Order: sequence, then structure tokens, then C-alpha cells
Amino acid sequence: MEWKRRDLLDLQSLDKEEIELILETAKSFRQVSTRDVKKVPALRGKTVALLFYEASTRTRVSFELAAKRLSADVVNIASSSSSSTKGESILDTALNLEAMNVDMIVVRHYSSGVPYVLSKNLKAAIINAGDGCREHPTQGLLDIFTVQEKLGSVKGRNITIVGDVLHSRVARSNIFGFKKLGANVTVCGPSTLMPRCVKELGVEVSYDLEASMKKSDCVIVLRLQKERQQEVFLPSLREYARLFGLSQSKLDKASKDLLIMHPGPTNRGVEIGADVADGCQSVILEQVTNGLAIRMAVLYLLLGTKELQ
Amino acid sequence: MTPQSKILDQENIRRAMMRIAHEIVEKNKGTDSLCLIGIRTRGAILAERLKECIKTVEGKAVPVGILDITLYRDDLSVVAQQPVVHETLIDFDLTGKKVILVDDVLYTGRTIRAALDALIDLGRPASIQLAVLIDRGHRELPIRADYVGKNIPTSLDENVKVILSESDSTEDEVMVKKAGA
Repeated sequence: MEWKRRDLLDLQSLDKEEIELILETAKSFRQVSTRDVKKVPALRGKTVALLFYEASTRTRVSFELAAKRLSADVVNIASSSSSSTKGESILDTALNLEAMNVDMIVVRHYSSGVPYVLSKNLKAAIINAGDGCREHPTQGLLDIFTVQEKLGSVKGRNITIVGDVLHSRVARSNIFGFKKLGANVTVCGPSTLMPRCVKELGVEVSYDLEASMKKSDCVIVLRLQKERQQEVFLPSLREYARLFGLSQSKLDKASKDLLIMHPGPTNRGVEIGADVADGCQSVILEQVTNGLAIRMAVLYLLLGTKELQ
Repeated sequence: MTPQSKILDQENIRRAMMRIAHEIVEKNKGTDSLCLIGIRTRGAILAERLKECIKTVEGKAVPVGILDITLYRDDLSVVAQQPVVHETLIDFDLTGKKVILVDDVLYTGRTIRAALDALIDLGRPASIQLAVLIDRGHRELPIRADYVGKNIPTSLDENVKVILSESDSTEDEVMVKKAGA
């Protein structure tokens, strides 16, 4: 299996073999971060720009460390302190970065589709680090990687994604990725936060979290995205927490082996109880560790296909 | 002119490895703080075999690790396709160890250059020595082997092929053939 893509825009267009190649490559990269010298020279001389138009800690730091541990040079551009406040378009900003011979641009934007626009107009490799409500491919990959590591396999496993599915790019990347590797995916949440045609993605829909948990191997809890909810989707946060929050009492009724994941940041007491987030079934921090290995693998694979354009 | 000729057979390889084991033990005055690091893939197999040979000679087992040098290659920005990365498996500390680096064929020396950089990122060995089954010449870097199974003078248009039963599921042998033959 050879990697042929210049960009990583989504998991929807990747095939099973490509996803498996990234997961396999990530396994080898995990070891780099556990050594005393956390650096290998693979991407020496390459430049990676992180172009973030939305708040982020985990993803941005994860990409930055991944690039630095591969010896690439990193420039960070946060929209709040860039020329976008003077009205420069993101395409202009990106073209200017390219004029300075940046090899790769990692982009996060509140509008869906921005990475595609950049990919069509630039020679630099583009990685989508989250675009609006569409996809967040590296999060999807690290979730699959974590399930594979913890449960041994993905095929045939039952995955429940619970919460604000409507606004979640993580949910979409997870659905595409897990389905391609043969897992059964159930989405669960209040009907107001359920996309209308979600069943067409080949998932089951549930409105009863406890029932879904009983037949699941892993539950991925989504963050309630208050910043994307301009209309009123919920009667109250308390009601949401009672029905769809993953509390210890709900967890007690499910299997002791049920894996709990959350892409972060968590609203403790809303979609996940503090005791659950810190409990022994939660692998939230391991997801973060795995995220670094996944991003190193993606950077390594993409920057190697530069010649193929 | 034969397009392909057999240089070593199974018995020759076994004897060469046994001799190298004797030389390693002699030069290092025993097996204290000795360890073997094989370069993926065939170097790792040869390192395992050397370990068995040293056990026969000295009655002591030395630790063995596997090194993947992909991320340290100097041609990553030249090749069109990224080579597949595999795991480095070394579960002991290299600091203070006498490391015997093991590979199948020594050619340009670039693999060994990468391996030296990789090893030094993993710790500070007391010394690093190099053991290879075949030295075919044509060095591009100032690197030499401490232990050599067999020196084979080759021309640049020849390929040296090492076949080992563990990875190739056929009997051990070393072949030299003309490129394209």
C-alpha cells in the first residue's frame, strides 16, 4: 500500500487501506515521544504553517509538537492576531504563506469546505484540522486508533456516538472512519440535535442512551457545542445532562468493559460526569497521546508525496 | 558470463556467523555490557542468530534490539514515495553499553550513518561496533565494519541479494547478479 494523496481533507474520501496505512504508521511513531530525545530528523528543512481561525488547544499543540518532533519548522497563525482582522481573506493569507515556501498548511476554520478551497488553489499540502460542522479527520483517526489499541480490533465492534451530532465534525469523521473499517455505529442524542438524513450514512439512530450503552463496546461522548447553537435546541442544560449526559449511574448499568472516549474539551457535568471522565473506563487522555502519533504519521506520509503533484 | 552466481550457501553463512561471534567475544573480552542491535529487516534476523552463536560460545545471552532507520534516512526528500516506517524495538537502555550494530550488506555506508544517528538519539553507548555478513565495497562515507562475514568485490551494476530462511522462507544463500538479469 502506497500513500498517494497530497492533502488530508476528510475521511469520507479515504479508502479502508489508506486509513489502515495511517494507523500502522502511527504505531511506529508512538515510540518517538516516549524517548529522552523526542525528535527524529525525517522532515528536516520542511516548513509547516498552522492556520487556526477557531480556538484550539489540543489539536493545535498536537500538530505543533508532531511537526517539531519530526524536525520540521513551525509557524503559528492565530486569526485574532493576523491580517484577517484587517479583512484579508483566508485564501490571500494562505497564498502569502506559500509565497514564503511553506510546504504544508494545517487549517482550522469555522466554515465547512475551507480546506478544499485552499487545496484547489495551492501547491502546499493541506491538512484539515476541523472545518465548520463537516469533518475533523485526524480526530476520527485517533479515535479509531484508540479503539483498535484498547479493544484489539475495530471490525464488528459497536460504537455509540452520543450528543450534539448535528454540529459535530468529530461525529462525521468518526462515522465515515469507523464504518469503513467495519464497525457498527449508532448515533444518539436529542432529536433537535440529530441531522435529518443521518441514517443515509449507514448508522443507527437512538434516543435512549442507556439502551445504546448496553449493546456497545465504546461510547464516544461529544461536546455540547454551545458556540454553534444560535437557535434554541434544548429546553435546558439540566434536562440534556439528565437524558444524554454520561453519568456514573448510567455507566454502572452498562458493561464494566465499556470504553469511554471524548474528543475534548469536556463540559463536566453536562455531557459527561466528572467521575466518569476521570474514571478507569475513560481513555480520554490516551486519546490525546495517540493523537500526537496519528498527526506525526499524517505529516510524514503527506510530505513524502510532494513530488507527485 | 553468468548473470547470477551463488557466493555463500547455508553452511558458509552459519560458519561466518559463528566466527563473528568468536571475534566479538574475543575483542570485547567477554559479554559484559554487550548488546546486539539489528537493522531491520535482515540485520535484525542476523542479530538474533548472532545472539545464539554467542550463547554457544560463551554460554551467556546478550540483549537484542531491532532498529528501524527509516526516519533517519538522508534521501527522504529525494524519494518520491515515503518508505514505510516500522517500530524500533529496543527495551533496554543503551547508555554505557557496547553496541554491536548488525546488518546484512555494507555498501555505500549511508544506512549505517543513519543507524549511528538513531542509536545516539536513544542513549549514549560506550562504543558502537559494526558487524556485517557481506561487505561489497563502494563506500560513499568514511565508515568501515569491525566484523565481516565475507568481502565480495562487486561492480556498481551488480546486486547482492541476501536470502535468509526467517524472512524469505527458503534456504539461506547470498547471490550476486547483474542488474536487470
